[in-house]
Amino acid sequence: MRFDLTLIQPWINANSRVLDLGCGDGMLLETLSKEKNVSGVGLEIDPDNITRALARGVNVIEHDLNVGLGNFRDDSFDMVVMTLALQTLRYPHLVIDEMLRVGRECIVTFPNFGHWRSRWYLGHRGKMPVSKFLPYTWYDTPNIHFCTVKDFEALCDEKNIRILNSSVIGADNSQSPLANRFPNLLGVTAVYHISK
Amino acid sequence: MTQAPPSTNTADQNSVGIVAPQKLHFDQPLQLACGRALPAHDIVYETYGELNADKSNGILICHALSGHHHAAGKHSEDDRKTGWWDSCIGPGKPIDTKVFFVLSINNIGGCHGSTGPTSTNPDTGKPWGPDFPPLRCRDWVESQHLMMQHFGISQWAAVIGGSLGGMQAMRWALEYPDALRHCIVIASAMKLSAQNIAFNEIARRAITSDPNFHEGRYLEHGTLPKQGLALARMVGHITYLSEDGMKQKFGRELKTGNLSLGSGSDTAVEFEVESYLRYQGEAFSGSFDANTYLLMTKALDYYDLAREYNDDPVEAFKHAKCAFMVASFTTDWRFAPARSREIVDALVAANKSVSYTEIEADHGHDAFLIPIPRYMDVFHAYMKRLKQELGHAF
Repeated sequence: MRFDLTLIQPWINANSRVLDLGCGDGMLLETLSKEKNVSGVGLEIDPDNITRALARGVNVIEHDLNVGLGNFRDDSFDMVVMTLALQTLRYPHLVIDEMLRVGRECIVTFPNFGHWRSRWYLGHRGKMPVSKFLPYTWYDTPNIHFCTVKDFEALCDEKNIRILNSSVIGADNSQSPLANRFPNLLGVTAVYHISK
Repeated sequence: MTQAPPSTNTADQNSVGIVAPQKLHFDQPLQLACGRALPAHDIVYETYGELNADKSNGILICHALSGHHHAAGKHSEDDRKTGWWDSCIGPGKPIDTKVFFVLSINNIGGCHGSTGPTSTNPDTGKPWGPDFPPLRCRDWVESQHLMMQHFGISQWAAVIGGSLGGMQAMRWALEYPDALRHCIVIASAMKLSAQNIAFNEIARRAITSDPNFHEGRYLEHGTLPKQGLALARMVGHITYLSEDGMKQKFGRELKTGNLSLGSGSDTAVEFEVESYLRYQGEAFSGSFDANTYLLMTKALDYYDLAREYNDDPVEAFKHAKCAFMVASFTTDWRFAPARSREIVDALVAANKSVSYTEIEADHGHDAFLIPIPRYMDVFHAYMKRLKQELGHAF
């Protein structure tokens, strides 16, 4: 399982109700259902992912996150999770508002554009970074709103969002102490647990 | 068992083969929503697959407006057409008859053998005609429940329906919450829109204004309001297709005549689409009963899932215990994806288990009958969990 998905599991209570935005093939919800008796539903737009999620017994609703979460009532979930999808949204800040309206708590993970490799790539080559992790060129990338750890925390500050927990995953795909000491420089993926 | 030995025709390994309809007679009165009761009634039905020992693999198929019991297979080797949902029911198909026991019935009020307006009214000895009691969707659920008891099934693995059939499936989930594990609702809605009711009213007016209608007593007059019924079907048919679908299927192709200037042709010009609609209308008017059409469209119009729950669908769905699968089709404007999404949103708010897909298709409302690859994929994927619940390993 992707390391950010492993990392966030302790933040999700047993028997809780989880909405997973951009649930992919449903791996996280399947694991949470088996190990924590979580009842959840995923939102997904990719047809193949939807079929895979359905086939593994995960409930999934075909939904474009760019239309917002107007279909869902206030506080209808204990936890709203969005992993590695923030940067693909047209209005990420509005979706975060919506997540905090629909869920009591939220978990957001995103690729940290402040990582030294991105800085080096841009600074040294003068071109938009392309990596194994983010293999797209600037014109065809689904990732249209990159941000850094600092940017995200500034947004939380601006919106009075409480950061209950945060962590970064380093280049070795682990939660290295060094990366967590310099998250904006050494964190590849940032992981935030937030609430209103 | 209605199922004949497997077909010798090996052309379609995924067909249930040759099937034969059966008939059951119920002697006890069936209390109806309108306050009246049917003193006795017949149900014509077909079954596919085998009921397992603990009777846990039953699936009920609910048919739509013009549907009937013949959902899959053929009645004879030379049958030109298969059942109306042959695309989805059969060995290896989404509703897999190697695993499930499938019951498909002709609803009461229908005109394919179950008690309906063409049956004899025991009080008069004449056909019921317009005197047949008005039906609500829940009356069909009640009669389907009698069938369930007949087979000794205490819980369906699923109740499945498209369009008006989906409305019955949802009614099942509210009326008999313990009697089904899954409710699969395809191209349906919690109630019709004003536009939908308007189209139904045009269809009804076409029938009732046919001079051969005789206030619905056409059988006593030895006539049939064929013209009106054909018109009703033609209007209905347009609403089941999408603009793109019609464009692809017919375009502006001509069946007869010549539109070019100075062609000198004196053959009347007929577009393909005209010919098609006329054929559909005529075929339908020769095989369907006008009073049944009126009755079915009324039941559709009156259906309102949440009416008795303070018009709150969330409150309504709180009574359900089963899991739901909802599907819609992008170009379906008769039962638009937005109507399906309302179902899904209410189910989520009611804290129910629900999955939803919006299938890209250019076939309009008719798409639910067509084996569109992605539709089949998600249907298969969802049915896999039903199979797993029955202990089938995959």
